[in-house]
Amino acid sequence: MSIEMLGITVLWSFLYGYLIVASIDFGAGFFAYYGRVIGMESIIGPVISRYLSPVWEVTNVFLVFFFVGIVGFFPETAHYYGTSLLIPGSIALVLLSIRGSFYAFANYGAGKSGFYLLAYGATGLLIPASLSTVFTISEGGFLDVRGSSVTLLMEELFFSSYSWAVVLLAMSSVLFISSTFLTYYASRAEDKRAFEQMRFFSLWGGIPTLISSLFVFVALRNHNLEHFDRALRVWWLFGLSLVAFALAVWLIWQKKSLGLAFVLVMLQFAFAFFGYGQSHLPYLLYPDLTIYGGVTNETMGRALVVAFLAGFALLVPSIVLLLRLFLFNAKYVKGELT
Amino acid sequence: MGTVDWSRYLTEMTLAFHILFATVGVGVPVFISLAEWIGIRKKDEHYSLMARRWARGFVITVAVGVVTGTCIGLQLSLLWPEFMRLAGNVVGLPLFLETFAFFFEAIFLGIYLYTWNRFSNPYMHWLLTLPIIIGSSGSALFITTVNSFMNTPQGFELENGQLARIDPIAAMFNPAVPSKVFHVLSSAYLTAAFLLAMIAAFAMLRGRKDEYYRKSIRLNMAAGLLLAVLTIVAGDISAQFLAKKQPEKLAAAEWHFETGKKAPLIVGGRLNPETQEVSGAFEIPWALSLLATHNPDGTVVGLNDFPKDEWPPLYVHYLFDAMVGIGFYLLAVPVIFLALPRLKRWQAYNRWILAAILAGGPLSLLAIELGWFYAEVGRQPWIMRGYMRVSDAATTNTHVNVAFWLFAALYVVLGVVCLYVLGRLFRNKPAELELEARRIIL
Repeated sequence: MSIEMLGITVLWSFLYGYLIVASIDFGAGFFAYYGRVIGMESIIGPVISRYLSPVWEVTNVFLVFFFVGIVGFFPETAHYYGTSLLIPGSIALVLLSIRGSFYAFANYGAGKSGFYLLAYGATGLLIPASLSTVFTISEGGFLDVRGSSVTLLMEELFFSSYSWAVVLLAMSSVLFISSTFLTYYASRAEDKRAFEQMRFFSLWGGIPTLISSLFVFVALRNHNLEHFDRALRVWWLFGLSLVAFALAVWLIWQKKSLGLAFVLVMLQFAFAFFGYGQSHLPYLLYPDLTIYGGVTNETMGRALVVAFLAGFALLVPSIVLLLRLFLFNAKYVKGELT
Repeated sequence: MGTVDWSRYLTEMTLAFHILFATVGVGVPVFISLAEWIGIRKKDEHYSLMARRWARGFVITVAVGVVTGTCIGLQLSLLWPEFMRLAGNVVGLPLFLETFAFFFEAIFLGIYLYTWNRFSNPYMHWLLTLPIIIGSSGSALFITTVNSFMNTPQGFELENGQLARIDPIAAMFNPAVPSKVFHVLSSAYLTAAFLLAMIAAFAMLRGRKDEYYRKSIRLNMAAGLLLAVLTIVAGDISAQFLAKKQPEKLAAAEWHFETGKKAPLIVGGRLNPETQEVSGAFEIPWALSLLATHNPDGTVVGLNDFPKDEWPPLYVHYLFDAMVGIGFYLLAVPVIFLALPRLKRWQAYNRWILAAILAGGPLSLLAIELGWFYAEVGRQPWIMRGYMRVSDAATTNTHVNVAFWLFAALYVVLGVVCLYVLGRLFRNKPAELELEARRIIL
């Protein structure tokens, strides 16, 4: 595999990792707040906080990893995305900062406050919306590139149906992924009421996800026909995604094998995400930047790959340990360990 | 004000805010680990409680450190895209490694905080502090190599504006690395020692008398003495490094204009920039030569050897003096504290000593800020010394001022809420109450 392909595959995999863990986190924040509003805080709150407390910090690292990695592997992206995304990027950063720190304030500080929870819940939907802007921009047509200056066309972005389709998909996916995971987690905790509530959310959450993904396809066809054609070439990936989705919903409906159901949801998004990524290539930013034009020199590319492998050898056992101690520890999940 | 200025101010603000939390993040885990270890070894519940209480406050600061670190990480690309476009080719590796170290720390911190009672062997839980220390100090090390690279770039050749023959390892282990990493780590540990002692000193000044506070101060001051010595040694190594590799930075700090032997060290004073005359300063003959070359007769390069458009701003002199002054204060406090009990008539926990320790907390953080401002402003006008000027590296986006105010508001909110939460955490639960609740009555 060439350095370019290896680099983008590593980065894309990390972004996928972020998509899953961050969705669980963002959605959980939203559900925790929503649960409080409808007067059910005591039902789903404990399950959510038991899952989130040991892992909230890890979630953030996936994102940092991605944007540090992309500048390492593809330094040219700094010029295009860095220049144009100043304001949307800053807004996303402010939201992420409020979310991350207020989570700690609320959970490790003294006492639960409604204000912290509101900040935490609201950002759960706003962050995916603001981060998804990057995907929209990567399709081209939203940047004015003249010589060395790069400008983001805010108005184009705001009035584009494609950009709204992506935002809708991002928000509905977050809620869907999160609710299917929490359904599984609540069933492991043998918490019937939380389970019923989350199951209700995940069954209904599937519908907007499905509609908005179709909406994205239609909007992509109007916005970037070239990309749409490439996406059709890997239609089977999107087909598999749909199959995984159907199976997952069926399992949740039947209240059977909820762990498998969540794995299917992960596969659903994996197929769709890698299908989208595959069809996006070779462009990092249509039509200005390809992975071949933006890649770092070969020496650095090799060094990064070696660092990546070494780092991964260190991380995988650590993550397994984390999961075994918390996610897959029946006593902890049921709240019997403090 | 132009885009370049706004970009500089926003970066300065983010880093100045982040560095407070980052320093705590690097230093405090070492002391948590130390206290827990002593607690297990001596079977002294006071120290075990110390580790728990410090860890509780630590999480709050880590959270702010993580989010502001994320901010600066992305701001590098948002505000300095041209720099990242060029330097990303050379410093991608340490940046990447830094996230690995951060990842490692994040995982084990999560585990550490939720497994206090999980293991039958207490040393198992203590072992979890080691990856946290490795992760936090490791990320400090890697990110400092990037900053060092900006001061003494190497590991590449410039051919027609393009980087060629890149050597990532040489770029990472550039000449500024040893002295910088040493100074950064020792000063972070020293700051943590004083911040933790500050909390106990504050409680004692408010009339609390439990042995818990005395043990905390004793531990932190003993470590503080060693760390203050190490920090001053590291500072001395840094000064010699500057004299050799970045003489304009040292010369600006010392208002040393003419290259010459037997150079005096200037403390304080006022400068007339036209005549380059210094008035009202305290002058120590030969000391600068001694500092820079370890030889009172040594030659020190002066600023006039450099073109004027490559001079750093001369106000860095005050930053340097203040940093060094605080450094010696942080050495004096533990020395006096540890020496007093040997003079029979004095007791070590008198009001004056406690007040001096209390002041040491904020002062040590101030010294960190001053030192970083000196290090960063001292390499103006370069972003990559000798290769790229700050003005060529900044974004062309004209909305940096909007981003500046956005982040200013964020930092105000984070700073205020963080202090409030930390204050509440310790005020509502003094150590005595917790000792009682945990049935530790010694």
